[in-house]
Amino acid sequence: MLKVNDLKVNYGGIEAVKGISFEVPEKSIVTLIGANGAGKSTTLRSIVSLVKPSNGKIEFLGEDITGRDTNDIVAKGITLVPEGRKIFPDLTVLENLKIGAYMRKDNLTEDLNWVYDLFPRLKERHWQAGGTLSGGEQQMLAVARALMSRPKLIMMDEPSLGLAPLIVQGIFEIIKEINKQGVTILLIEQNANMALRTADIGYVMETGNITLTGSGKELLVNEQVRAAYLGK
Amino acid sequence: MDFISKNLPYLLAGISVGGQYALIAIGYTMVYGILRLINFAHGDIFTVAALVLVYSSTIMPLYLSIPLTLVATVVLGLVVERVAYKPLRNAPRMSVMISAIGVSYLLQNLALYITGGLAQTYPAIPIISNTIKIGPATTKIVTVVTPVLTIVLVFALMQLINHTKIGMAMRSVANDFETSRLMGIKVDNIISMTFVIGSFLAAVGSLLYFTNYASVVPTSGAMPGLKAFVAAVFGGIGSIPGAVIGAFIIGICENIIKGLGWTTFSDAFTFALLIVILIVKPTGLFGEKATDKV
Ligand SMILES: Nc1ncnc2c1ncn2[C@@H]1O[C@H](COP(=O)(O)OP(=O)(O)OP(=O)(O)O)[C@@H](O)[C@H]1O
Ligand SMILES: [Mg+2]
Repeated sequence: MLKVNDLKVNYGGIEAVKGISFEVPEKSIVTLIGANGAGKSTTLRSIVSLVKPSNGKIEFLGEDITGRDTNDIVAKGITLVPEGRKIFPDLTVLENLKIGAYMRKDNLTEDLNWVYDLFPRLKERHWQAGGTLSGGEQQMLAVARALMSRPKLIMMDEPSLGLAPLIVQGIFEIIKEINKQGVTILLIEQNANMALRTADIGYVMETGNITLTGSGKELLVNEQVRAAYLGK
Repeated sequence: MDFISKNLPYLLAGISVGGQYALIAIGYTMVYGILRLINFAHGDIFTVAALVLVYSSTIMPLYLSIPLTLVATVVLGLVVERVAYKPLRNAPRMSVMISAIGVSYLLQNLALYITGGLAQTYPAIPIISNTIKIGPATTKIVTVVTPVLTIVLVFALMQLINHTKIGMAMRSVANDFETSRLMGIKVDNIISMTFVIGSFLAAVGSLLYFTNYASVVPTSGAMPGLKAFVAAVFGGIGSIPGAVIGAFIIGICENIIKGLGWTTFSDAFTFALLIVILIVKPTGLFGEKATDKV
C-alpha cells in the first residue's frame, strides 16, 4: 500500500533520515521503533509532505506522492495523528471531529457515531473546548479526528506518550479494532513492547537508518531489540 | 432637555465614527488572530479605498464606482498578502512586521504621487449624504446607517466564523498551521480569506467615513486607521467582539470630549487610553492570554 524507497530528509544540512526503505502492506499494522531522535517523526512528516524529502520516492497505492501538497495526500487517504496530539484547543470536541472530515462533503452522522462508539468519552464531552480535555482524552480525540477523514492509512506518532498504563492498553485495543475494520496502520512507539506485540511487521530505526526488520514476534525475541528497547 | 439637545449630536457622531473604526479594526484583529502580524498597511488600504472612489467616480456613475471600490480594495489586500507576507511565512515575525511597514509607506507614497498631495473632492454618495433631523439634532443619514450596518456586518461575520465550515477552518488555522494542513485545509487560502474580509470591511468603512468629509488627502486615512488599531488593541487584539466594542468606546468618548469643548484633546485621549491599557491590562478587554504561538 505504502512504499518508501531510499528516503532522505535534511534539516539545514543535518541529515535526520539517511536513505530508508520500507513497506506497509494493505490492512497490516506496521510499527517503527527507535530511540529519541532516530528520525521516526521526520519519516512520518515527510510522508504527508510537512517536510520535503531531499531524496527518495514515496508511493501510495501505486502512485508517486513524493512532495505533493499535504491536502492532496490527505485526500488520497493518508492521515497522521501527530506527535503531541495537536488537537485544536479553541475548537469544541465536536468541531475537532468535524474539522478532521474537512476534505469530505458527504454526511458525517455515521462517522460521528462510529468514533463515538470507539470513544464514548468524547460523546459525553462533545461541547467542551478541546484544550480543556485531559491528556488521555486529547489523545482519543486526536485519533478520532484522524478517523473522521475515513483514511485508508492512519499513521500515529507515539499515541501512548504520557498516558497511564490502563489508557495505553485502551489505545492499543482501539488500534487493533480500527485495523480489524480495514484501516491500515503505521505506528511509531516508544513503548516497543506493546507496539511489537500488536504489529505484524516492525522496523527498528537508529540515527536515520533502518537497522532491523522482522515480524513483530521476531523482533520481540531478537537479542539486540531486547537489549536496546525492551530493557532486558 | 437643553443638555440632551446640546450633547445628542456628539453622541450620535460618536456612535457613528465608532462603527467606522470598528469596520477598520476588524481587519487588524483578524489578521493578527491568524498570522500574529500587525498589518501596518491596513490603514493605508483604507485610504486607498477612498482614492479609488474619488478617481473612479469621475469616469463612471457611483452605482459602478462603489462596487469597483469594494472589489479593488479586496484585490489590493490580497495582493499585499501574496507579495509582502506570504513569501515570509517561515521567516521570523519581525521580518514580516518590517515588510508590513514597508508596504504601508509604499501605499502612502503612491497615494501622494497619484494625488500630487492635493485634496481630492470626495463624491457625495446619494441617500447617505442627505441630512435628517433626529430630535433636536440635524445630521447626515450616514450617521444612522453606520452603526446599523456595522452591527449587521459584524453579526454576519460572527455567524461565518462560528457556524460555517470555512469559519471553523479559520479558527483552526489561527490555532495551528501545520495541524490544519494535516486536516487537508489549504492554509494559504484561509489566510487570503481573512485579508479579503478585512479589506472589504475597511472599504465599507471608508465609504461611510469619508461621506462626512468633503475631500481626501493622502494622509486622511492615517488617523482613523491608527485609532482603529488602538481600538483593536484596547479590545484585545485577536478578538473581533473586542475590536468592535473598543472602537465604539473610542468613537463615543472622543466625541463626548469634543462636546465638552476639549476638541484639542480628543485625539490625545485615544492614545492616552492606549498607554493606560498597555500598562494596566496588556491583553486588552477581551484578549487571550499572551501565549506565544508555537
Ligand atoms: N524542525 C527541525 N529542525 C532541525 N532539526 C530537526 C527538526 N525536527 C527534527 N530535527 C532533528 O532531526 C532528528 C530526528 O528527529 P525526529 O523528531 O524525527 O526524531 P524521533 O525519532 O521522532 O524522536 P522522538 O522519539 O524523540 O520523537 C533529531 O536529531 C532532531 O533534532
Ligand atoms: Mg518523534
